Amino acid sequence: MASTRTPASAGGQQTSTPEGPRRALVLGGNRIPFARAGGPYAHASNQDMLTAALDGLVARYGLQGERIGSVAAGAVLKHSRDFNLTREAVLGSALSDETPAYDMQQACATGLETIVSLSNKIRLGQLESAIGGGVDTTSDAPIAVSARLRRALLDLSRAKTLPQKLAAAASIRPKDLAPAAPRTNEPRTGLSMGEHQAITTAEWGITREAQDEIAYASHINLAAAYDAGFFDDLVTPFRGLTRDANLRPDTTLEKLAKLRPTFGLGLDVEATMTAGNSTPLSDGASTVLLGSDEWAAAHDLTPLASIVDAETGAVDFVHGVDGLLMAPVFAVPRLLARNGLTLDDFDYVEIHEAFAATVLTTLAAWEDEEFSRTRLGLDSAFGKVERSRLNVHGSSLAAGHPFAATGGRIVATISKELARRKAEQGADAPVRALISICAAGGLGLTAILEAA
Amino acid sequence: MSTDTYLNLVNSGVTQKIAKQLGLPRPAQLRRFRPGQPLVAGPVLVLGTGPDADAVAHLLSGTSLGDTGLKSGWDLDVRRTAAAGERHAAIVLVLTEITHPDQLSEPMLAAASALKGLAPGARIVTISRPATADIGPALSAARQGVDGVLRSLAKELRGGATANGVVVADGVPVTAPSALGALRFFLSARSAFVDGQLLHIDSDAGALPADWDRPLAGRVAVVTGAARGIGAAIATTLARDGATVVAVDVPAAGEQLVAVANSVRGTALQLDVTADDAGQKILDHATTRHGRLDIVVHNAGITRDKLLANMTPEKWDPVLAVNVAAPLRINEALLESGDFTDAPRIVALASTSGIAGNRGQTNYAASKGGVIGMVRATAPLLTAFGGTANAVAPGFIETEMTARIPAVTRQVARRLNSLQQGGLPEDVAETVAFLASPQAGGVVGQTLRVCGQNLVGQ
Repeated sequence: MASTRTPASAGGQQTSTPEGPRRALVLGGNRIPFARAGGPYAHASNQDMLTAALDGLVARYGLQGERIGSVAAGAVLKHSRDFNLTREAVLGSALSDETPAYDMQQACATGLETIVSLSNKIRLGQLESAIGGGVDTTSDAPIAVSARLRRALLDLSRAKTLPQKLAAAASIRPKDLAPAAPRTNEPRTGLSMGEHQAITTAEWGITREAQDEIAYASHINLAAAYDAGFFDDLVTPFRGLTRDANLRPDTTLEKLAKLRPTFGLGLDVEATMTAGNSTPLSDGASTVLLGSDEWAAAHDLTPLASIVDAETGAVDFVHGVDGLLMAPVFAVPRLLARNGLTLDDFDYVEIHEAFAATVLTTLAAWEDEEFSRTRLGLDSAFGKVERSRLNVHGSSLAAGHPFAATGGRIVATISKELARRKAEQGADAPVRALISICAAGGLGLTAILEAA
Repeated sequence: MSTDTYLNLVNSGVTQKIAKQLGLPRPAQLRRFRPGQPLVAGPVLVLGTGPDADAVAHLLSGTSLGDTGLKSGWDLDVRRTAAAGERHAAIVLVLTEITHPDQLSEPMLAAASALKGLAPGARIVTISRPATADIGPALSAARQGVDGVLRSLAKELRGGATANGVVVADGVPVTAPSALGALRFFLSARSAFVDGQLLHIDSDAGALPADWDRPLAGRVAVVTGAARGIGAAIATTLARDGATVVAVDVPAAGEQLVAVANSVRGTALQLDVTADDAGQKILDHATTRHGRLDIVVHNAGITRDKLLANMTPEKWDPVLAVNVAAPLRINEALLESGDFTDAPRIVALASTSGIAGNRGQTNYAASKGGVIGMVRATAPLLTAFGGTANAVAPGFIETEMTARIPAVTRQVARRLNSLQQGGLPEDVAETVAFLASPQAGGVVGQTLRVCGQNLVGQ
């Protein structure tokens, strides 16, 4: 929840990571193009996609047979048989079979959380190298049987006598046979994420036009980055897909304006959220190579960025105190205060576009003086993010959003951009990026990266 | 890759007998190189008289290396005369000392007596001097006669046997690194699909490798178009020979490129070679990741076949851009960098279409002819620091591309050479690896065909 602390000395210009543990560096990344659900990856499993993303990373950085300190990844929609998904992907990859691995899950923050926790281990000296990432498929999602059928089948397997068996079998009702498909609705409210965001969108009075502009910029920026070859060393094609399938380089504001709203139709204000300014269900995987300065030097790898700090937040959306996807609004001020920074100190701000409205409500809250005082505990408005610094190479609205894969996509992309800017700038001044990812369950994970 | 079913049929079981009785062409299963295999599987007959012939015989047998400066020989079972009933695995004709066409009679007829007893997949290699305008009519006639005899003999051989020539420039000893390197390449199974070719050795540059099975140890090689087919085979072969490989292909081919890079334990670089900064990107990747750059193989190529009468800019321009303009620009960047100076090697892929022409391929032939001209004029820019530039011209090779040729046309096309079959991507790769090796330092600006002595062109 809201911090009661105020940011220390706003505008403090630190030149590097504060005194303390050694640096944890982003050395590179690789992902497969993100597909729309039911598209070219319809028959690819989470393990297939994560293995492909890992193999692409191995090929790009010559890591064949390398024993990496740890690989951490996860999936939001995961079958129970994939209990060791990441380790299985490692075993199927060109990495050394002696590379340890573990699975993590924190809804849409999964990918970023793997990177944050691995970077902490590197900073502590527990690891020299690591790979973080994530994968998700909504096409090959696990389908479970109903709770009643599952209970009856388990009873049946335990039954010893014929009458017991008959009784267990007889307890099955026809409606129990319907499969239980995974749902992305919030368990405690029964509302979909889109419906939750629609409430927040309405509260903050975010317009349809503003949302469409965010979506339009996402497509244009992502397409421009592809055309410039920016993704040549970030993305490896998979199953014939060479670019993100959701990308519409030729979209226009007019086209976006014609789409019919899909969320918030039951609210008493005009519905503004459409398929165009909301992310589609997607399939994909991403990986990020991390390491210490020593490991990078020993492997002739050029550090791109260092992971400076991170802060997780959570909001009480169940009782309607805050919107479901508003946790980063609270986490970022705490994170920046701890590091003596303000929004103006960031050259890049990456706000995951779960919905265009999520980005806009986040920005609106930070710009709102009343909210900043009462909820964020600040003296004045938290700050403003220049649009020219926001999601400069596009984000989830254009790329798609395979839940756990989004963090890796953002970290690898912005790390390369940080290194590019630093090289271009040439000066010693720090080049920083802020990352903000909202997640189901009222969670939010935010992080600071700095050009290495 | 397509499969040559006919070749398999005439080499096994009852269909082999039928083919023999009907007198059908019977292409042989070619022996391909595998590390550790013997250089030549049987006795080697060295013909010719004089110091050069003796030096070659001594080197091959390893008995007496004299003043050749060589530390060790090749330990082959060398004979100087053809014994009746002996099955020779190779015949080396040292013809450097002939001065008149009359003198071809003795060595050629001596070779003739051994031809019927040749082992399967035997090798015939001539070593001679070039016929130039300044050496007098009789000498030039004698030397050019070797060219004619070699090409005809290659067409006469069967059972997977090949005949190739090493033409050593006047003033360069027959024991120069590249003369020996070429001799060994032609004797070995590495040259399985090279037939009827004469390779010129222009200088005594180059060095014999410490280990003949890993001549590229310590070298860093970039292969463009490495995601599949011939490019993937080149990456695999260079890595087998000891090189660290950077596999380059367009971003769209990235998935296959990953498989190649991981199998050769190299790195993948997704890059459009036609980009203005492609040369710099290649150099940056190789030097930062692997510390150096020694070998560049320009293999990336495309076809857009169309009769010239129907040609469009969309069909013409990309072919020239990818096949020849990109290699030119990349070479220029490498040469300007100052980081490509340790006996570097450029090997570019030409094509028999670029030599003999091919209907419907004016654009492709322009680009591949261009490659031949490119290496000829690039090589002199590299000689100062021991570098070379050469080209390889494949004939009919069994790839995904040739598998798309209509079946009957394909059957005919693959028989139109002395070995009566298509080559494999690895055959092209072996020749590329030879030209990239330290022992090929005296091969300068040439185009070596890998075509089984295709009927078209030279």
